[in-house]
Amino acid sequence: MPRVVFTANLQRHIAVPPTIVNGKTAREVLDNVFLANPLARGYVLDDGHSLRKHMVIFVDGEPLQDRTHLSDPVDDDSEIYVMQALSGG
Amino acid sequence: MSRQIFVATRKGLFTITKQSGHWAIRNAAFLGDNLSLVSFDPGDGTLYAAFNHGHFGCKLQRSDDDGKTWQEIPAPVYPADIVESPPMIDDFRKVSIPWSVQLIWALEPGGADQKGTLWLGTIPGGLFRSENRGESWELNRPLLEKQRESKWTGGGYDYPGLHSICVDPRDSNCVTVAVSTGGVWQTRDGGQSWHVSSHGMRADFLPPDQAYNPVMQDAHCMVQCAANPDHFWVQHHNGVFRSVDHAQSWQEVTHVQPSVFGFAIAVHPGNSNIAWTVPAVKDEKRYPVDGNVVVARTKDGGKSFEVLTHGLPQGHAYDLTYRHSLAIDSTGDLLAFGSTTGSLWVSEDQGTTWQNVSSHLPPIHCVRFDR
Repeated sequence: MPRVVFTANLQRHIAVPPTIVNGKTAREVLDNVFLANPLARGYVLDDGHSLRKHMVIFVDGEPLQDRTHLSDPVDDDSEIYVMQALSGG
Repeated sequence: MSRQIFVATRKGLFTITKQSGHWAIRNAAFLGDNLSLVSFDPGDGTLYAAFNHGHFGCKLQRSDDDGKTWQEIPAPVYPADIVESPPMIDDFRKVSIPWSVQLIWALEPGGADQKGTLWLGTIPGGLFRSENRGESWELNRPLLEKQRESKWTGGGYDYPGLHSICVDPRDSNCVTVAVSTGGVWQTRDGGQSWHVSSHGMRADFLPPDQAYNPVMQDAHCMVQCAANPDHFWVQHHNGVFRSVDHAQSWQEVTHVQPSVFGFAIAVHPGNSNIAWTVPAVKDEKRYPVDGNVVVARTKDGGKSFEVLTHGLPQGHAYDLTYRHSLAIDSTGDLLAFGSTTGSLWVSEDQGTTWQNVSSHLPPIHCVRFDR
């Protein structure tokens, strides 16, 4: 099953440990994480359930293509990193 | 006399209490976090804090023990059908207004007979209500429809924002809200229907034929007198306005010294003739006139104003006070205000003299008493 890791910067607001969950797309994987941790959803997704403007998700090292529907496919051995989109400064 | 002052800042929440005869910082919480508001519900003693975590969005926390411990509660979100509905266009800039909470900009408890009820305003201009101490939120759809019809626009922010909520102490179903920019709106049936209530306000930044358009008024902050709820005051972008007929009409107050511009306003809870503002240079400059931090006070309903300076920095002081950063306690004697440059002052004599609590806090977004 895919493994999801959340940025360390999120942990001071809400505990979201690395998790192994089912899912064939990034959306399915995250929905399964948030099923057990509903408050975490709003930290990653906006009101329309799209990826927040200043967040980024890497699936097996590649930035997510579909930031609106999170339809990017994931494999059973995929690693998904949910990070802040930091850009210097 | 109140015991605690809560100060929400760009980098934490501070609790101020009187210690050995002086007001001082007793506690700091959420250091490093950006708070937009703090709110105290005198009905059940609950303290609420609203956050803007930037990357992670807007959040809420609740405390049942005066801020010693906190619990995260759900933040309001726009329902899916609203998010997916045709976008509302800001009529000035012709840009889409996103139905996603950008900032929690107003948070007030419901009436004394509505224990656990909260009203919450956001940027973009949504109004949400909770009946269970923030465990869940419901968007007020009738007011959103009014927003669509009347085309609220951005003010200082890119999108319209609902920043002031006044619940009538005589009737909890009568709620008056103010919007930047969208004027003043009132419901008398708990939010099922709304009517615009900013007739008489004037916006001199608009063309002459639009200056009195009630839905184009940029109210910065609105307060209602507890003892005389028919009486309201508004600090508006264009100046100060007062209503003595339950917001059905407004009269411009033109004699505020040293400037009619500002963001914050307070009214004495027991005497609606007494009000305070923290003036600044209009419009976009926004610093104290001549670099002197002052508070303007009227005791005669706005006919005349005193300029209060005792204890406030005079000369090369550039403290600006935002709309939620002037507060009065339930006795009407105790005032506090904070600035964008991290200064905080308290007065125990209705503003005649001030004590500086700190000049080194983070930028202050909101000041509130515990009762």
